Amino acid sequence: MKINKELLKVKGLKTHFFMDGKIAKAVDGVDFTLNKGETLAIVGESGSGKSITSLSIMRLIPSPPGKILDNSSIKLENRELLTLSEKDMRKVRGNEIGMIFQEPMTSLNPVFTIGNQIAETLIKHKKMKKKQANQRAVELLKVVGFARAEEIVHEYPHQLSGGMRQRAMIAIAMSCDPKLLIADEPTTALDVTIQSQILDLMIEMKEKFDSSILLITHDLGVVAEVADRVLVMYGGQIVEEAQVRDLFTKPMHPYTRGLLDSIPNLDTDVKRLKSIRGTVPPAHRFPEGCRFAPRCDHVMDQCTAANPELLQREESHKVRCYLYES
Amino acid sequence: MQKYIIRRILQFIPMLFLITVVVFGLAKAAPGDVLTGEMLDPNIPPEVYEIRREALGLNDPIYVQYWTWLASVSKADFGMSMQYSGRTVIELIQARIMNTLYLSLFALAITLAISIPIGIYSATKKYSLFDYGATTFAFLGLATPNFFAGLLAIYVFAFWLGWFPAQGTTTAIGLSGFELFLDKLRHLVLPGFTLGLASTAAYMRYMRTEILEVKGSDFIRTARAKGLSNQSVLYKHTLRNSLIPIITLLGLEFGTLLSGAIITERVFNYPGLGTLFINSITNRDYPVIMAINLILAITILIGNLLADIFYAVVDPRIRYD
Ligand SMILES: Nc1ncnc2c1ncn2[C@@H]1O[C@H](COP(=O)(O)OP(=O)(O)OP(=O)(O)O)[C@@H](O)[C@H]1O
Ligand SMILES: [Mg+2]
Repeated sequence: MKINKELLKVKGLKTHFFMDGKIAKAVDGVDFTLNKGETLAIVGESGSGKSITSLSIMRLIPSPPGKILDNSSIKLENRELLTLSEKDMRKVRGNEIGMIFQEPMTSLNPVFTIGNQIAETLIKHKKMKKKQANQRAVELLKVVGFARAEEIVHEYPHQLSGGMRQRAMIAIAMSCDPKLLIADEPTTALDVTIQSQILDLMIEMKEKFDSSILLITHDLGVVAEVADRVLVMYGGQIVEEAQVRDLFTKPMHPYTRGLLDSIPNLDTDVKRLKSIRGTVPPAHRFPEGCRFAPRCDHVMDQCTAANPELLQREESHKVRCYLYES
Repeated sequence: MQKYIIRRILQFIPMLFLITVVVFGLAKAAPGDVLTGEMLDPNIPPEVYEIRREALGLNDPIYVQYWTWLASVSKADFGMSMQYSGRTVIELIQARIMNTLYLSLFALAITLAISIPIGIYSATKKYSLFDYGATTFAFLGLATPNFFAGLLAIYVFAFWLGWFPAQGTTTAIGLSGFELFLDKLRHLVLPGFTLGLASTAAYMRYMRTEILEVKGSDFIRTARAKGLSNQSVLYKHTLRNSLIPIITLLGLEFGTLLSGAIITERVFNYPGLGTLFINSITNRDYPVIMAINLILAITILIGNLLADIFYAVVDPRIRYD
């Protein structure tokens, strides 16, 4: 039963930033597929290229200095997004792909009402009349859990708390019934108690609107809670790809293992959490060979010579590491 | 909001009191008085001046003079001019205030009409030839003093090209209706542009900076992620936020315009409050000086209040209570 289950297919994605002589290879050869109905997470430390990957899908890379290189491919339901005209791409943004961001405090326009900011998308994409769009805005706010939706439409972002704003952002993102919801660290700026409410809401919305989620986070706890599959990113590349269960039970890449070791665990009584030594290299100065090699405890000669490929090792488990090439 | 406005207006009273005290003191601190200039006439014995001084109250101690002035002003009586004998201060001002108002409004209108579109365009075409041109113009405009810009304008556009009249408010008498309006407008062009030059330059820069700043905001990224067109991202989401500081500055512009008008009117021999003010200072005609100062002070205070009110109107985050 393989009737086009693929929703989003990213192939050979390279997004580089060209700044006075230096080239920052923020995203440097990323391949992945997101299936319909799936929640796919991208994890990785700060600067690993997660946000740039998601902004590339939306074609919202600031250009200049950024550029998605030729030969990259991003297909939504078999339609190449990278060759669409800007006009057609605008019909994808907010309509077929909804997006929410990390900072609910600053991601809404402070001078327009919540209702206005939801209705705007409906007027643009669904060709609704103002009145109809406003009514739909109230409904959407109810759907995302506002009891006082009739009042909230008339309120301004500063009148809402961070969690409420993120709910409003979700209402905007889901307003046009998108096929894909991209959430870039949607809970990072929120209170822990609010975090899981927002995650639950996202999953609920995904089911309700029959959508899929690309969830970007650096929090493995969030991944464990909601994701079906995980991509681990490092230095602008994917270093491991696995089902969520496999990633936690049998992580392969030393980087992934490092990440897992650095999350607090109540079962094992450790005095100090381990951390991965060193820092993420800047995107304009990646080391030769494996990009993780300088920080890796298992580094071998070949690691510094050439960058390993991302290869399938087990069923639906890929890793970019020479340890598994034998 | 109402309460806030009333409270602010009540605060004007002590401020105006202080301003008048200081200005009165300064005006009196200047050497000489309204009769100094006339005393050069050797045919009139000095005693005559002494008698007139006594009659004008110029020999009273300064606080008595101030008190007398304040007492009559509180009854809306601004007294008699000392330089134009027989004319009340109100008469003199009435004859000129509208001219200054027209000039200021004209200057404000061109300032906004030029600076805002150019600022927006400069920001959207950052580092283009146009942007560099606008930036150069802005720096020249800011660096050129009013009187010099005025003289240059007269030389080029009135004397050399002969496009616009160099002085006054109208040429021919006997014009009426639309022709009179056009004639007056033509007379406003050179002083208006001169007066508006510095502000135009400044607002162009503000507008450009604000647009660029707002463009980098998270909510602009959200707007783009919603699939909005470049137009609605720029004119709705960016502009509305960029205008907030500009609108606040506009309230403060009243003071800049009026003080600029003083010099500009002088250069263009334009019969407004500014010319009257300078003449009054030269002649130590302090009832007129004080009255014009009061007008300036009130305008500036109202401008500041308007700025705060506008601020609350355009930015929902600002609430006064
Ligand atoms: N506008 C830009 N100009 C130049 N380089 C950029 C720009 N934006 C991102 N980069 C580069 O891309 C790299 C990856 O950035 P990205 O925002 O994707 O990281 P991230 O994984 O989302 O990190 P975080 O967890 O901090 O959000 C950065 O290290 C930076 O060097
Ligand atoms: Mg990021």
